[in-house]
Amino acid sequence: MTDLTKLTISQATTGLKNKDFSAVELTTSYINQMEKTDNLNAYITKTTDNALSQAKIADNNIASGNMRPMEGMPIAHKDLLCTKGVKTTAGSKMLDNFTPDYESTVSQKLAESGCISLGKLNLDQFAMGSNGQSSFYGGTKNPWGNDLVAGGSSSGSACAVSARSAIASTGTDTGGSIRQPSAFCGVAGIRPTYGRCSRWGVVAYASSLDQVGPIGKDVRDCAIMLSNMSGHDEKDSTSANIPVPDFEAVLTGDVKGLKIGIPKEYYIDDMPQEIAKIWDNGKKMLVEAGAEIVDVSLPHTKYALPAYYIIACAEASSNLSRYDGVRYGHRVSGKELDEMYELTRSEGFGEEVKRRILMGTYVLSAGFYDAYYIKAQKVRRLVANDFKKAFESVDALLTPITPSPAFKIGENQEDPVKMYLNDVFSVTLNMAGLPGMSVPVGLSDSGLPLGLQIIGKAFDEETVLKASYALEKQAKFDATPNI
Amino acid sequence: MTAIIKGTTGDWEMVIGLEVHAQIISQSKLMSCSPASFGAQPNENVSFVDSAFPGMLPVVNKECVRQAVRTGLALGAKINKKSVFARKNYFYADLPQGYQISQADQPTVGEGVVTIDLQDGTTKEIGIERLHIEQDAGKSIHDQHPEKSFIDLNRSGVGLMEIVSNPDIRSAEEAGAYFTKIQTIVQYIDSCDGIMARGSMRADVNVSVRRVGDKNLGTRTECKNINSVRFIKQAIMVEATRQVEILENGGVIDQETRLFDAEKGETRTMRSKEDAHDYRYFPDPDLLPVVIDDEFINECKDSLPELPDTKKERFINEFGLSSYDGAVLVANKKNASYFEKVASGVKNKKLAANWVVSELFGALKKAELDINDCPVKAQDLAELISLIEDNTISGKIAKEVFADMFKTSKKPAVIVEEKGLKQITDTGAIEGIIDTVITENPNQVAKVKENPKLIGWFVGQVMQKTAGKANPAMVNKLLAQKLK
Repeated sequence: MTDLTKLTISQATTGLKNKDFSAVELTTSYINQMEKTDNLNAYITKTTDNALSQAKIADNNIASGNMRPMEGMPIAHKDLLCTKGVKTTAGSKMLDNFTPDYESTVSQKLAESGCISLGKLNLDQFAMGSNGQSSFYGGTKNPWGNDLVAGGSSSGSACAVSARSAIASTGTDTGGSIRQPSAFCGVAGIRPTYGRCSRWGVVAYASSLDQVGPIGKDVRDCAIMLSNMSGHDEKDSTSANIPVPDFEAVLTGDVKGLKIGIPKEYYIDDMPQEIAKIWDNGKKMLVEAGAEIVDVSLPHTKYALPAYYIIACAEASSNLSRYDGVRYGHRVSGKELDEMYELTRSEGFGEEVKRRILMGTYVLSAGFYDAYYIKAQKVRRLVANDFKKAFESVDALLTPITPSPAFKIGENQEDPVKMYLNDVFSVTLNMAGLPGMSVPVGLSDSGLPLGLQIIGKAFDEETVLKASYALEKQAKFDATPNI
Repeated sequence: MTAIIKGTTGDWEMVIGLEVHAQIISQSKLMSCSPASFGAQPNENVSFVDSAFPGMLPVVNKECVRQAVRTGLALGAKINKKSVFARKNYFYADLPQGYQISQADQPTVGEGVVTIDLQDGTTKEIGIERLHIEQDAGKSIHDQHPEKSFIDLNRSGVGLMEIVSNPDIRSAEEAGAYFTKIQTIVQYIDSCDGIMARGSMRADVNVSVRRVGDKNLGTRTECKNINSVRFIKQAIMVEATRQVEILENGGVIDQETRLFDAEKGETRTMRSKEDAHDYRYFPDPDLLPVVIDDEFINECKDSLPELPDTKKERFINEFGLSSYDGAVLVANKKNASYFEKVASGVKNKKLAANWVVSELFGALKKAELDINDCPVKAQDLAELISLIEDNTISGKIAKEVFADMFKTSKKPAVIVEEKGLKQITDTGAIEGIIDTVITENPNQVAKVKENPKLIGWFVGQVMQKTAGKANPAMVNKLLAQKLK
């Protein structure tokens, strides 16, 4: 039998349907692969026993003809999604002992669709980071090179799909945390429109920017995942009450007449040759597939990154106030309440989290609020308007997603600002609440995967997926890491 | 009415503003499905949202917004069709989120005005700056363990209305009247139960003083969380007097938060300006702006009962009551409704008001009873008054009957019957008694011819002989004829 972990969701579903193999066999293959790739540190918590009993249920459902859309698919969740009875850490010491008694809406929906959860995936602490190294449980390694970062913050989510230790995964994307690690690990990942997936039960980083989304082996798998995790949720006031289309249905490969915008502001200074080249190749591929390339301008792009960090940190500083050692999570006792807060939070949070809490507290303080927070909100509106205007003449945008392939572990570590620059292509759409997808399209000079990004209109994931699929088909990216 | 504080160097006036916190009546809390009820076991009414577990999100309870809008309408205030919930950030053990969801620069209700009734029968208008909706905090309990504090989150997240007045109040009496008026209004419309003993209503009091005639405002202090009208008045007097003393001795007032200690009768520093929290307000990104339309506002309007001011006007205009009686009767919704029941059963509404205000309220006060526990049914009191109106008994006898009704809850007619208190209105019978009195007292008869005022003595004699049952008007009339 072929290695079952090489199958995509659609292939594995067909295999289960045809009784080529059982869900238990499929899940067992993944559990074996988890063991084999354990050194990559993709998982924080493994729920393999539970996965196997779920697989048996899946086999029963298949046998009785009650196969659900994602029956028996062994996926894994970013450890930012609360899972009932399973430790949920957010990659932090603060929540090292935290086991929720509730299930996030997204993981619940996927379970109801038939998915099996293999466990909880590593991430930058509280989803803050671009290299996957700030986890309390150690950094995630890139399957393409053990000395390379997997990207962040959904480091484990991208790593596991790339290393075939999960068939697909959930991630969250506040400023690029799905797309950047997907690009670094050579897999596909889509950040849906803000409001498409419920944030209920997902540990909050920056509420107005956070969005859950899938990472998969290819565009089709992402489409299938997205169809099964989206939808309105009364428990999340910011979730959109609009119908969820069948995202897989749009994957025809035909993009004839589709207008793809190329924003000139994304030609940043010092853009590496290989990034410029892959972008250029991407344009050609889409033209080949029948799309029309149009130059557009997003004039406020350069302000998006600093404004993003102001807004994200401001919200984070408030969102993370609840981790005070009083009701759950890590606690260090103190003589007085204030001392307990200080000790608990000093010990429970990592460096990057503390840095962002400090920045966020600063920009919201009396006397600085207008100069930073209010100004950043104005920038946010201008960035959103840029996109709105661009989308008057095009259907989607094509841009790079990262300024480089995966970098070495330890690189940029001492310079937070340089680290933040990793997000330069990704954060703009978060500021506008738009969907964006990262698709692997080629290899760098050093043989590492490089991705390109398709950005779409709000709630038009269909066009994003359609264009991404066309790109994927043209690129014929079939390189795999050497595991 | 401005109250003056006589200082050693001159007269001072107080400038007072109140922030009234009123707990909203709703099934569930402001942002979660937990019950908002009072009296549960500690931490019984607490959901994952209230205790701020990771990934939990607030959802605005529409009923709380409705109640705030109703209250705004009852305060004659501007309703904002778009309002925004904001986070007020600070750390405390009974504040699980580390922030209170409140409203900052875009509250649901804007400017309004309330009219207060003062002791001397005059009224005054006090401006409302705004009404905003916010979450209540939990409760810290420090006296149950030598080293530990206990936290009860039942109250955490219950909806509150904070009603902020303009600094229009000039005396402790006005402050009391203002607070009571707000209490009356929220109780009328059932947006808050107004029970101060449960903490359903409390006030922060802002006080400053200035020399009479001075147009500038002095530096103010804020006394937090005062939970009775008496203490509000006391705190104001204590604090204003303290400020005058400091200023007259050449000192300055620090803008600070103070604590009123009712036992010691003093206020003391709680937080100085330097220690003041920087709340870092910003719009709550978990919530969308609250947008309401005319239909919603109209529904709120239609749901309002007759408000106390309107009711008072009606009592004055339709029933001919005095402004004082009107104010007293409408001050409490249940009292007003009792009175209306009594009034509907009698012809003379003013007489009904007199009976309710002096006899009934007096008896209740003496017995320390609430109108809810009143032993005399409104319908029975109306019957009693009708007995006076149709001359079955005199007003004086009625008081006796009322005292009996209050004790036994019996119907007035039954008491009158049992005790034979029916008024004597038979001219012949009264004449007979008058004749007896005249025959028995020749000396007095002689005197009354010289001094007609002495007729009162004869009235007394007749009433005595009839045990008060003779119709006083008839006695007077017949005596006057006979002693001419």
